[in-house]
Amino acid sequence: MARWRLARSLLRGAFRTSLALALTLAGLLLATFAIQRASPIDPVLRVVGDHASAETYRAAAVELGMDRPLPVQFGRYLGRVARGDLGVSTSTGRPVLEDLHQYFPATLELATVAILLGVAFGVPLGMWAAHRHNQRVDQVVRVLSLVGYSVPIFWMGLMGLLLFYAKLKWVGGPGRIDDVWKYSLQSSTNLLLLDTLLDRNWEAMRNVVSHLVLPALLLAYFSMAYIARMTRAFALEELGKEYVLFARVKGASETRVLWRHVLPNIAAPLVTVISLSYATLLEGAVLTESVFSWPGIGLYVTNALFTADLAAVLGGTLLIGVCFVGLNVVSDQFGQWLDPRAR
Amino acid sequence: MSWRAWLTDEAPGSAWQARCGSWYRAAHRAARSPMTVFGLAAVLAMVLVALAAPLLAGADPNAQDVLVRLQPPSAAHWLGTDQLGRDLWARLVFGTRPTLAIVLLVAWLSAPLGLAVGICAGYFGGWVNLVFMRVTDVFMALPRLVLALMFVAVMGPGILNAVIAITVTAWPPYARLARTETLAIRDSDFLHAARIAGIPTWRILAGQVLPLCLPSTIIRVTLDMAGVILTAAGLGFLGLGAQPPLAEWGAMVAAGRLYIFDQWWVAAAPGAAILLGSLAFNLLGDGLRDVLDPRHA
Repeated sequence: MARWRLARSLLRGAFRTSLALALTLAGLLLATFAIQRASPIDPVLRVVGDHASAETYRAAAVELGMDRPLPVQFGRYLGRVARGDLGVSTSTGRPVLEDLHQYFPATLELATVAILLGVAFGVPLGMWAAHRHNQRVDQVVRVLSLVGYSVPIFWMGLMGLLLFYAKLKWVGGPGRIDDVWKYSLQSSTNLLLLDTLLDRNWEAMRNVVSHLVLPALLLAYFSMAYIARMTRAFALEELGKEYVLFARVKGASETRVLWRHVLPNIAAPLVTVISLSYATLLEGAVLTESVFSWPGIGLYVTNALFTADLAAVLGGTLLIGVCFVGLNVVSDQFGQWLDPRAR
Repeated sequence: MSWRAWLTDEAPGSAWQARCGSWYRAAHRAARSPMTVFGLAAVLAMVLVALAAPLLAGADPNAQDVLVRLQPPSAAHWLGTDQLGRDLWARLVFGTRPTLAIVLLVAWLSAPLGLAVGICAGYFGGWVNLVFMRVTDVFMALPRLVLALMFVAVMGPGILNAVIAITVTAWPPYARLARTETLAIRDSDFLHAARIAGIPTWRILAGQVLPLCLPSTIIRVTLDMAGVILTAAGLGFLGLGAQPPLAEWGAMVAAGRLYIFDQWWVAAAPGAAILLGSLAFNLLGDGLRDVLDPRHA
């Protein structure tokens, strides 16, 4: 009986989640569709050119389905997206989906390395700051995060390039890899770090790392600032509770209190924070990639913006939006799995 | 009775005295935190600089002189000159104007929108709540910068479009906040009394509910303004915000980017200004939260 009830509540939760997911995705698609329709770029003119006769124009408009009512057009748009047809990019001349497949791994690699570093530094720092509440460590963490919240990422990237690439020559410059490797390297997944590791191509890997380290550390700093601040706030709240007092009375060391007792209790909200931070990294890539000439989705979208390549812009936005929404859902589910109280 | 004793009186004789006293105590608490004072001072300084820009600049921000292009900082040009020989200090000073304009416009557009949606959803409940909050959730789940980017790209670059684009993604948190606050007071006696007295609904919402939702919203808006400055600067950096020759910090960083390895100060100064402006709002918001909302101190 109890098991039946649990299964039913889980099912209901899954249903509610998928409903929310569908609604949000529909909203996202509606937004991209509306912007597409409101755009001053005439898709018919794109096809027929400036000098077409009125008849040709009309025929092309019918061909493109532009004469149908808007809801029908939206429905057709949904159908095309569902089939993976995001149109053809006018600047690269290839299907947008193919482009995304090529550019997205670069962004994914950068954001993933950054979030791993951000968590690895952010969570312990936040815990430490909570442990030493209002002491010097706490102040340092506070200032670090405040600056992290406030600094323009593109500017810090430029300054980083100036210092570590131009002046100190510690890291590789813009781009993912030196030109020497660009055409010789066989890459199946386009995740260069993974590919060079699997091929045991150490020299190429060192080159990849030297290019990756600066943008990754930069993005890691931003996610660390956020994660540390939130970890500190969550941990502080827990540290005032009675089970912590009880653990201390029983003689548990402060390390044990923090990592064995407090951490499991703040895990669920922390997962949400981390996934939000990851999503922001994927999105914030637009600016970082522009600074570091990183051939990822952000650079793809910004380049498309300036050539009025609407299909590419919308496709890229859609992909980032889907990642954003998907991460939210996954983190919700994961948080519930981690913490029964959140169910 | 000295004015301080009047302010700190434990038993104020009038509502006016009580209100002054609570403001005085709040200011006193805020003044104890040097970070808050710094934030407030920096925001005020920014406003003053924006107002007095022609006096402080000492030069025309758009006057070109290609003979002195890309000069390092000197007595004549405090922060050096950019690629067209324009005085960087003057451009930096005038750059406070578009930044503050965007911040103010976004705040003035998004806060009322969010408050209206949130208060209505919380007060009326039922299907109004359901529809409004679903819409809010959808907007909340959308990626902010990318959506703004797309919007500006399609509608054309410029400050006004940047403001609209940022507003579209900025209001949902205010709606959620206002809804929570409204739900908390929805069934209280003073609202029942107001309803029985026959006060029209819109006046209850505007006169009774709204003032109670304001403090939390103001804190949130102040904190968010730091993010707005960064987003606006990012749009400017990508060439989608303020258009040349207008002096705007993000666009100035983008211009200095070409000379970053040799004439780094061209990009360094406006970026530092963005950092300071954003930091000021963050510090002020943090301090305000500590003062007005001690639960989260």
